[in-house]
Amino acid sequence: MVLTAPRLATEDLSYGYPGHVVGRHISFSIDAGEVLCVLGRNGEGKSTLFRTILGLLPACAGAVRVDGGLTTGWSARRRALTLGYVPQTGGGGFPFTVAELVLMGRTAHRGPFSAPSIADRRAADQAIATMGISHLAQREWVRVSGGERQLALVARALAQEPRILVLDEPTASLDFGNQVRVLDAIRSVAETCGLTVLLSTHHPEQAFACADRVAVLAGGELLQIGPPAQVITSETLRTCYAVEVAVLPVADDRYRVCVPQSYLS
Amino acid sequence: MLLLATALSLGPYPLAPGDLLAFLMAKATGAASPLSGPAEAVILQIRVPRILAATAVGAALAASGAGYQSLFRNPLVSPDILGVSAGAAFGAVVGIFLSLPVLAIEVASFAGGLAAVIIVYTIATAIRGRDTVLVLVLAGVVIGALFGAGVGLLKYLADPYNQLPAITFWLLGSLAAANLRDLTSLLPAVAIGLVLLALLRWRIDVMTLGDEEATALGVNTRSLRIVVIAAATLMTSAAVAVSGIIGWVGLVVPHLARLLIGPAFTRLLPVSVLFGAGYLLAVDTVARTLGSVELPLGVLTAALGTPLFLWLLAFSRRPAWS
Repeated sequence: MVLTAPRLATEDLSYGYPGHVVGRHISFSIDAGEVLCVLGRNGEGKSTLFRTILGLLPACAGAVRVDGGLTTGWSARRRALTLGYVPQTGGGGFPFTVAELVLMGRTAHRGPFSAPSIADRRAADQAIATMGISHLAQREWVRVSGGERQLALVARALAQEPRILVLDEPTASLDFGNQVRVLDAIRSVAETCGLTVLLSTHHPEQAFACADRVAVLAGGELLQIGPPAQVITSETLRTCYAVEVAVLPVADDRYRVCVPQSYLS
Repeated sequence: MLLLATALSLGPYPLAPGDLLAFLMAKATGAASPLSGPAEAVILQIRVPRILAATAVGAALAASGAGYQSLFRNPLVSPDILGVSAGAAFGAVVGIFLSLPVLAIEVASFAGGLAAVIIVYTIATAIRGRDTVLVLVLAGVVIGALFGAGVGLLKYLADPYNQLPAITFWLLGSLAAANLRDLTSLLPAVAIGLVLLALLRWRIDVMTLGDEEATALGVNTRSLRIVVIAAATLMTSAAVAVSGIIGWVGLVVPHLARLLIGPAFTRLLPVSVLFGAGYLLAVDTVARTLGSVELPLGVLTAALGTPLFLWLLAFSRRPAWS
């Protein structure tokens, strides 16, 4: 029997900072083309978990595997070719154009001394087009809105052509339309490119829109993981956020909305 | 080019543009020089080395400043942020205090600049678990202040008739003593530094995003930072050893270049180098022709740089940074 290793797996992973462990014993795996959405209240350590998976922070204990292989000791370049990262805030403060910023996503694809090739520029343009921000390409990064910046950062991660995309609250600063656009884009790149996606959000409903499975972090441990319809329930949301929420099916249960009980009474 | 020619013809021994042209043509074709012996000596022994030194020092300071501003993600950083100038000043002042020959003073200055940056970098890597860039800058400030105190002590102890004026003159910066021998050490150092920065221009752009983001994009931030700091320190130490402390060029020129052509290092570096070289050449030409007594270069760069910088700050439409 041939066993295929999952695209990304954490094994008994503990993460945090020296002298301060934030989360422990986190074990989960994601297959190629799968979208996993991570929920958890503020300070639960979603960002810290992501940074540990990305290798930006050393793990306190446990391991991260990609396609079965340990990522410990990987070079920054090898990580970047495997894992693309969309930080909550990023891009720095210098007035690069959006096109220049997205082109930086191609850094890992060439040697330290080489200039971007035509293929690099094409990949960057393609990523900009995928995110629907071609009209912003020549605008200065510091002059576009917060939502547009987020779209550009996603485009940069796509230009990176990783196997796994890690997005830290990608919709946090977006208006409603851009939230829908980003989630649709995430869904579509996962389906068309077989890209594995790990994202965090503060809106449980978004999991119904884009995720195959949901993981809930509570008290520094993995509370639950599974398909959105099983995990996102009134009970789980109460444990996670300490509020009463009704989870209501709409449109023949093709989608579910989360409404706080206090709004209904 | 025009600036170079102007600088060549101006000075206490003025040359007519026609004579200069004839001289250059003659040199290029190998014909006999149309100029008198003293005129040729002035050009070859004094003016040419000084002009080349001004261009190289200006280019070195501006390029180092551009590199540091990207590396430290701050458009108001100058090449001496890591204490290179303070270290070089201390080295030179020790040399003057010990009445060493000129060559030894230059070597001491170069070594002092390198030593200061090495100390700062060692401290910054020894302190772990904090933002490396912040620790580097703070260590630079502290070590710079320490070397500054050393300079102060030596000034206090120095012989007020011979050594103190020499120290003061050196600290204000001047290219008056620049000669051909200086160029043989200055030009290779500047060339190595410039080539390194030019080769790494695309990676340096990524460093402006911050360590974590740059790492996530596949950059080995630690080794890149070492190389950029080494290149900038090599250039700055070599420049300061020849010229003394010349402020403002490394801060104002790259900032101005960024306002004009944006932050991408692939354009920022050549424009900074050109502006830096041109600016210092122009200022140095003014310094040696304006009055009967030569003006200190550092004073002039500050006097011209400050209003220029303020004007840019007030009227530029393109944000250099946000």
